[in-house]
Amino acid sequence: MRQTIVRNVGDLPTYGYGPRSGPWWGAMGFMALEGMGFALAIGAYLYLYAVNPNWPIGAPPPDLWPGTAEVIVYLLSIIPNEMTNRAAHRQDLARVRTGLIVMSLIGIALLVLRGFEFAHLNTRWDNSAYGSIVWLILGLHTTHLVTDLGDTVVLTVLMFTRHAKPRKFSDVTDNVFYWNFVVLAWLPLYALLDWVPRL
Amino acid sequence: MSMVAEQRELRDDSLNGLQLSTRMDSIWRTPSGFSGALMSVDHKVVGRRYIVTAFAFLLLGGILAVLMRVQLAKPESTFLSADKYNQIFTMHGSTMMFLFAVPVMEAFAVYLVPLMVGTRNIAFPRLNAFSYWMFLFGGCFLWLSFALNVGPDVGWFAYVPLSSLQYTPTKRPDVWAQMITFTEVAALAVSVEIVVTVFKQRAPGMTLDRIPLFVWAMLVTSFLVMFAMPSIMVASTSLILDRLVNTRFYDSSSGGHPLLWQHLFWFFGHPEVYIIFIPGTGMVSAILATFARRPVVGYPVVILSLIATGFLSFGLWVHHMFVTGLPQLGAGLFTASSMLIAVPSGLQIFCWLATLWDGRPVYRTPLLFVIGFILIFVMGGLSGVMVASVPIDTQVHDTYFVVAHFHYVLIGGAVFPLIGAVYYWFPKISGRMLSERLGRWNFWLAFVGFNVAFFPMHILGLIGMPRRVYTYTADMDWAHLNLLSSGGALIFALSFALLLVNVIQSLRSGTLAGDNPWDASTLEWATSSPPPPQNFDRIPVVKHRDPLWFDTESMPVVAGLSVERREVLLTSLAEAEPQVREASPEPSIWPLLTAIATTVFFIGSIFTPWAVLWGTPPMAVALIGWFWPAGHKEDEE
Repeated sequence: MRQTIVRNVGDLPTYGYGPRSGPWWGAMGFMALEGMGFALAIGAYLYLYAVNPNWPIGAPPPDLWPGTAEVIVYLLSIIPNEMTNRAAHRQDLARVRTGLIVMSLIGIALLVLRGFEFAHLNTRWDNSAYGSIVWLILGLHTTHLVTDLGDTVVLTVLMFTRHAKPRKFSDVTDNVFYWNFVVLAWLPLYALLDWVPRL
Repeated sequence: MSMVAEQRELRDDSLNGLQLSTRMDSIWRTPSGFSGALMSVDHKVVGRRYIVTAFAFLLLGGILAVLMRVQLAKPESTFLSADKYNQIFTMHGSTMMFLFAVPVMEAFAVYLVPLMVGTRNIAFPRLNAFSYWMFLFGGCFLWLSFALNVGPDVGWFAYVPLSSLQYTPTKRPDVWAQMITFTEVAALAVSVEIVVTVFKQRAPGMTLDRIPLFVWAMLVTSFLVMFAMPSIMVASTSLILDRLVNTRFYDSSSGGHPLLWQHLFWFFGHPEVYIIFIPGTGMVSAILATFARRPVVGYPVVILSLIATGFLSFGLWVHHMFVTGLPQLGAGLFTASSMLIAVPSGLQIFCWLATLWDGRPVYRTPLLFVIGFILIFVMGGLSGVMVASVPIDTQVHDTYFVVAHFHYVLIGGAVFPLIGAVYYWFPKISGRMLSERLGRWNFWLAFVGFNVAFFPMHILGLIGMPRRVYTYTADMDWAHLNLLSSGGALIFALSFALLLVNVIQSLRSGTLAGDNPWDASTLEWATSSPPPPQNFDRIPVVKHRDPLWFDTESMPVVAGLSVERREVLLTSLAEAEPQVREASPEPSIWPLLTAIATTVFFIGSIFTPWAVLWGTPPMAVALIGWFWPAGHKEDEE
């Protein structure tokens, strides 16, 4: 069939930020399905909580300090995360590099805290269904923490190489976006794991 | 890249005709040779592989069905042992649901959606390639296990406590659970790709109310996958953990609960039915419009019905659990919602009937399958409304009535539209027409064979024949109906053999199809058959819901995209206004390597929890290789 050119898109940029970019929507999609995974795990926890007369089963509640410390670090991490985001939008390579290094270090610190949290759950996965679901939920969130940390570290290294091209700033903003999801997911899980057993 | 260099980049507005086609072809073509084939990220190549693989699993699952029907054709048959029979019905269900029905629908979407929305490749093409490999490896893993006599034997829903270590101390349920993980990873990946392709890569002007109905159906399906499949992943993971590291999710002596399994399974399992059925409705809408020679009546009604079905499908799962002793209020609520979902499905059927009524139907093979679909699916829907009611469900639960019901729904609702879709889109995919004469034989054998095979099962169920029994005694009086059903099954199987013959013959010597053999209205017919690697030399501009019926003289297109590197046009979500010329990934071996590393991780973790430790680094390495810029032009912007 004959073609008629009705429009020229040659002036459009070759990358975009946020909802204008494809990867942002991809991250959105994965957050939706992973968020659903968290919701279902929470549902499983509450189901077991509902059918068992005693909760927690055969164990004291988790010690509060590691989870609480994580909440504080997570919430504070939003600040350097947002600074990285703004630097990426400005395409300020030096500040993006600094921001990514800070975020990597925060991720490592949280991973250490997470280790303490596992140690202070006061139950093992094979003690009871309570222990099993607590380990599953914490494991699920830790997977997200590790994945995002891995992504951040790789991106940090990449921004120090010759591949640090303008469109990579868009990738940085997507990484920032995903970190907010990891933070946001932790808050209800913290309430569930650390406070529901104390009800 | 500096401004000067950017201006020097060659764009498609400075080339025309053959020069442009050749240039685009060379940029988008999959590299030749075996290694090229392993690197392909072309949605058409991956889609074709997905379709062929899913049909291969249909063939395998179908052979199992025939074996079961041979066994049940007469009382006290010794053709299959009880143990083999358990493996075979589990393998049949698992293969058909996880390796055929869901993947084949996604496969068609992978092939068709980018063409129908007028773009050059699917969003995240490497993820797409990865998804295919995961699906292939997961399916092979299940079937190799079966060949080694480790095929799962606990039913396609693997209920605990039967599937727990205590009652099944073999590796069989682990194989089942891990196959689930493989296929769900694959399905989730495709769903995200489809959503992003539909949201961001539609041709300029393809506003939300100009999206083809098949694409709408796949969009809704993708959301269903995204919200349903995490449930089965939580379920299969917890089952493996119970079996491997002694967690207690399903151990009632330690606070676990077997019904938790059923909730998690069916919270996935019910939407699963619609994950299979909604794409079928999309195929029906596409075929009907073309062969009724008019757009589907009630376009917004059909879309709202799809969305309503999607939402409601999450509120039905408990009707699979009516005999587990639910509170009466729960049973009442889920009965009501199970009946409610008949409303949007009914609305769609009336829209299709109105389309046929008002159109000038051309009764070619695809339309025959659509009409077969309407008849069979309505019957399946009616028995569905019956089992939605608790007293009837209690009576027929776990009998052949249920087997009859869900085969009417699934084969009627998905396989008939699917075979219609094969006849409809085969010319686009292969460039050749399927034989119409064999097609008619195919349809009538399928229609008669299906009904003879499955209708008697309603009666068998009502007179008390339970599901999943490997044989029965002569004094039960089930022999005649079983023999009839087995005869029907053979005829039904024959219809698929005929389809295979038709496909092979047509590939060799079928009539050449041309771009648009059916005079259809959607964009996939605006390019050659089979489409070139770039899909379209220039991206079309859409001004009408049925662009090819509207613009018959010349097609409006956009220009200004690169002819030096792979580029797709991103548009806005609602209005499809052009926003970004985004780079599209080059072929890569890393998706395959990542899939291999993931396979080692998944299979290893059936045998030892340490696989989580030693299996992770290779995956991480493969993923870094995947994302690290390889110095292609796309990376250097």
